[in-house]
Amino acid sequence: MRIAVSLVCGVVFGVGLAISGMTNPAKVLAFLDFFGAWDPTLAFVMGGAVAVSAAGYVATRRRERAWFGEEFSIPTRRDLDFSLLGGAALFGVGWGLVGLCPGPALASLFRGSSELSSFVGAMLVGVIGFRFFTRQRRGVLPQPTT
Amino acid sequence: MLETTFTPGAGLLGGMLIGLAAAGLLIANGKIAGISGILGRSFFPDTRDLAWRIAFLVGLPLGAWIATRATGDALGFEITSHPVVLVAGGLLVGVGSQLGNGCTSGHGVCGIARGSRRSLVATLVFMTTGAGTVFVVRHLLMGAP
Repeated sequence: MRIAVSLVCGVVFGVGLAISGMTNPAKVLAFLDFFGAWDPTLAFVMGGAVAVSAAGYVATRRRERAWFGEEFSIPTRRDLDFSLLGGAALFGVGWGLVGLCPGPALASLFRGSSELSSFVGAMLVGVIGFRFFTRQRRGVLPQPTT
Repeated sequence: MLETTFTPGAGLLGGMLIGLAAAGLLIANGKIAGISGILGRSFFPDTRDLAWRIAFLVGLPLGAWIATRATGDALGFEITSHPVVLVAGGLLVGVGSQLGNGCTSGHGVCGIARGSRRSLVATLVFMTTGAGTVFVVRHLLMGAP
């Protein structure tokens, strides 16, 4: 059941990305182009998404567990560290170069575009490479016992 | 160059569906709908949790395909970046989202909706470097008006 819900949420998320036009990199770049032919659509997408998502978050505050018994996995950190700021800065540069972030990039894979495939391929190299080289520091794999 | 049409109604509707998906995943499964987190944790996972992640990630293109078919691809898909830029952008997005623990969905939507200070700051940072990058590429390097 959890897996079915997850699939449905992924589908609804993908429908939302496509309807909002955020799957079109040209539209995302036009939002980031404040000094050109600015297209403010992305602000409306984010506004709608944050409003509904916030209502959902408020609804969980009165509950101990999620519907299917899981505990809520909600980040609790509040510190601003170098990883957060540096990572966000690098992410923004890549986003601004192409107009794609992970959600829209994966959502548009159905198009079979070769340009998109090279972006997604490089993104996966970045994701997997980063996680591989930092896996011990981040405690993703068991530490050696000696 | 590359002008797009301002579509606030479709943007708001699509955004609300994204918010609905994020709210649904949290309320039903207790999970945050941050794509880079779901993607990253699919590789060195706690395998117990792999199935829901894969299901969510498969749902994304399925939903986008359905919506694109239903709307006659009204909003289009246009990539104009040079192949080298595509690869550089992909690497930066991949590494940056993992180092910064989130992307547009995890920080920009889910994090801000929870009132997370880290997510708000991260969103302001990537909006700023994103806009700065577009400014440099379009207005300084390519000399657009």
